[in-house]
Amino acid sequence: MSLFDYKLTEIHNKLHDKELSVSDLVDEAFRKIGERDEKVQAYITLNEEGARTQGKKLDDKLVSGEERGLLFGLPAGIKDNIVTEGLRTTCASQFLSNFNPVYDATVVSKLRAADAVTIGKLNMDEFAMGGSNENSSFYPVRNPWNLERVPGGSSGGSAAAVAAGEAFFTLGSDTGGSIRQPASYCGVVGLKPTYGLVSRFGLVAFASSLDQIGPLTKNVEDSAYVLQAIAGYDGMDSTSAKVEIPDYVSALNGDVSGLRIAVPKEYLGEGVDAGVKETVLSALKVLESLGAVWEEVSLPHTEYAVATYYLLASSEASSNLARFDGVRYGQRVDHIGSLLDLYHESRTQGFGDEVKRRIMLGTYALSSGYYDAYYLKAQKVRTLIKRDFDQVFEKYDVIIGPTAPTTAFKLGAQVDDPLTMYLNDILTIPVSLAGVPAISVPCGFADGMPVGLQIIGKAFDESTVLRTAHAYEQNTDHHKRRPEL
Amino acid sequence: MSTSNYETVIGLEVHVELHTQSKIFCGCSTSFGAPPNTHTCPICLGHPGVLPVLNRQAVEYAMKAAMALNCTIGDISKFDRKNYFYPDSPKAYQISQYDQPIGLNGWIDIEVNGETKRIGITRLHLEEDAGKLTHVDGGYASLVDFNRVGTPLVEIVSEPEISSPEEAKAYLEKMRAIMQYCDVSDVKMEEGSLRCDANISLRPHGQKELGTKAELKNMNSFRGVQRGLEYEQYRQAEILDEGGVIVQETRRWDEAQGKTLSMRGKEEAHDYRYFPDPDLVRVHISDEWKEAVRSTIPELPDARKARYAAEYGLPDYDAGVITSSKAMADFFEDSLKYTQDAKSVSNWIMGELMGYLNANNLELPQVKITGQGLGEMIGLIEKGTISTKIAKTVFKAMLDSGKLPQQIVEEQGLVQISDEGAIKSIVEQVVANNPQSVEDYKAGKQKAIGFLVGQVMKESKGKANPALANKLLVDVLNS
Repeated sequence: MSLFDYKLTEIHNKLHDKELSVSDLVDEAFRKIGERDEKVQAYITLNEEGARTQGKKLDDKLVSGEERGLLFGLPAGIKDNIVTEGLRTTCASQFLSNFNPVYDATVVSKLRAADAVTIGKLNMDEFAMGGSNENSSFYPVRNPWNLERVPGGSSGGSAAAVAAGEAFFTLGSDTGGSIRQPASYCGVVGLKPTYGLVSRFGLVAFASSLDQIGPLTKNVEDSAYVLQAIAGYDGMDSTSAKVEIPDYVSALNGDVSGLRIAVPKEYLGEGVDAGVKETVLSALKVLESLGAVWEEVSLPHTEYAVATYYLLASSEASSNLARFDGVRYGQRVDHIGSLLDLYHESRTQGFGDEVKRRIMLGTYALSSGYYDAYYLKAQKVRTLIKRDFDQVFEKYDVIIGPTAPTTAFKLGAQVDDPLTMYLNDILTIPVSLAGVPAISVPCGFADGMPVGLQIIGKAFDESTVLRTAHAYEQNTDHHKRRPEL
Repeated sequence: MSTSNYETVIGLEVHVELHTQSKIFCGCSTSFGAPPNTHTCPICLGHPGVLPVLNRQAVEYAMKAAMALNCTIGDISKFDRKNYFYPDSPKAYQISQYDQPIGLNGWIDIEVNGETKRIGITRLHLEEDAGKLTHVDGGYASLVDFNRVGTPLVEIVSEPEISSPEEAKAYLEKMRAIMQYCDVSDVKMEEGSLRCDANISLRPHGQKELGTKAELKNMNSFRGVQRGLEYEQYRQAEILDEGGVIVQETRRWDEAQGKTLSMRGKEEAHDYRYFPDPDLVRVHISDEWKEAVRSTIPELPDARKARYAAEYGLPDYDAGVITSSKAMADFFEDSLKYTQDAKSVSNWIMGELMGYLNANNLELPQVKITGQGLGEMIGLIEKGTISTKIAKTVFKAMLDSGKLPQQIVEEQGLVQISDEGAIKSIVEQVVANNPQSVEDYKAGKQKAIGFLVGQVMKESKGKANPALANKLLVDVLNS
């Protein structure tokens, strides 16, 4: 058994009882990374020296009896699109292979304030664009359950590191499913909070109106703790919501009797793998046995979500990624004649194919003469999709379905087929467009690979999402299974 | 060939930097003249991951400016991204406003040749300024200073209702005055806090459709705007007279060569791919907020001008000149706290003060004279303490030192001699020393008296009361 198989409260009890030191936890993280990361390839940059120094400082705190933060001593991995002062942040792009940020993201400051220990920066699809991690400029992450398979993406490193015990918890970012889908593929808990709940300041923007940071953990209770530490209004982010942050952990009371669950027929229809469907239906039975009731509903605009998403997200990305021009930071090509050549060559060499594909798509969608037909139309459809959710939430507490239509596929299987790859996000994208919270929690296996149950809630009602996920989890054993590596 | 064959149509785009303490989307200082790249932070440098937070003061200044230009203020305003690659723009997009600007449909009145004309204002929007590029070594390299990036700017677009370069200049002068009065900007063209681009086209008199326009850039002074437009008007008229076609293009005014040069054609025009900035939320402008801002707008130049004419009986022209600069109008009013004679204050301002400023290319705040100084000086003339001639010396001293007139008069011994006995002895001496002039006078040459008075003034080092000197001379000569 690994130290990271204990949950947060158990670790804290052991620290309190002096059975364990923070340095032991840090050692455990780097030992596991040493043993496993050559295979899993979850990390891009390690913060070994910094983590060990901080571990010692926290051990001093343990001795002196100072007040301890909510995530005291816990080794954390951070997705490599969240900036860390002085610690290389690449977005898994060779363009930024030499980029050392000069400031910390708000979530990084919050983790530090909560006494978590940053272990390193996690691999991902380049600039968070992709669903398999094969778009990393450096090397693909592999699924700890089967190294021949992808871990999902774009937060593949964040999910795989938790599954492989290479971090106690990690942070990922979710734009169209980038936390939930890899959590599903890797058999861990991944939470995408409501848009605006967690500050985006310091998250390298992919699609600003969709991006949201969230935790990946082995269980729901730990997810609630990490969310507690990172949620809240931030004056540095204009889209940050001024809402009162409830006590998420105390919401985990195991009570789902009378909970009204909506199951969209579109989420169990065509394209959803039979094994996945079966697993999800049996999960619903578990919730039913706990007193919840579920009914089939319709989210009629689901079929337009993927097209809408790729127009809007790519449009925003085309503008967000324009600052990478080789002038002020990142890699710059040498022997350049003109300014335009400098831009052109630096971007041609710096970005990978998928990033270029989306920049081109987004540039096209925003171009004069096409704006109304693409960008504006997509904005309108986004409103319709959001309305679908609003209507269902008038009568139901949560919406439940699979996180992804299939389990993790083999590396290379979809690399040459971007459209099929985009469809892996068909069940997570509508949620992102609506801006509401959702969690993926392990709900069993199909063909030996983990399946994720997606529980979607009302805006800023993370408590109900977490309570439902927790009640389900406490009555099943899926989250206790570990991959053999 | 003549420009009079055509009607000139000009529209101006004016950029005004708002003098907020900090930049529009971060906390960096906006002050001018700091060493390059010292007023910067990750946010205005566009580092990966940063987000903009809107400066409320900038919105209020923009609202104030828009209200002063008689614009309608929308209830909702939003920000959009204007995408373009250039080294002065670290994010490769400028945060600006596309379809929901702060202000719409305003106007200002200008005066040219005594005629008042109303020029429509299409819109006023808020945006961030770009960095400043300096090209060195004959184009070998360019240096970027990001101190200016993120300074709040308003762009004010006029309707194409300006009909001559002279009107364009009058429009700019009025615009500058209004911004000064509102105290939202330093509006200094030489420091770049007021900038102007122009669209100009010609069409035969009576034609409805607009002619093909040229966009004119790089006019760095009021005079440059007028000259650039005059040149362009002439250039286009010449082409049209010869049966040629105007090419739609952007042209640069070259001050040194005194002509406009082509920069880029229409086909090279940018597609800025505007879209709403997802990092910023809509600005909701309540009626209460609008009224709170409106209450901070002071009396504007047109109102002051009308008041000066009505209250003080100033000629329209004088009132217009004095109110064209807030500093000058304030100076005028300060003076009137120390004298009742508004016409005299106006004359000194229009004559001595403007003359001095124009001759030395200075602005009022750069000289030391105060309104109190001028007002008190006029009081000294009224009391007969100094003559008008002496007053000019005092005035000059006030410009340089800022001292009050009483002190200058005392320090330099400039008090007018009104003592009859003292002047009479000088008169007698002058009469004795100038027999020829005395003879001329007695022979009926009235002119000779002028020469003799001049001699008396000279002998008294200018201090003799001229009226008294004249009277005593006549007495002596006729005795």
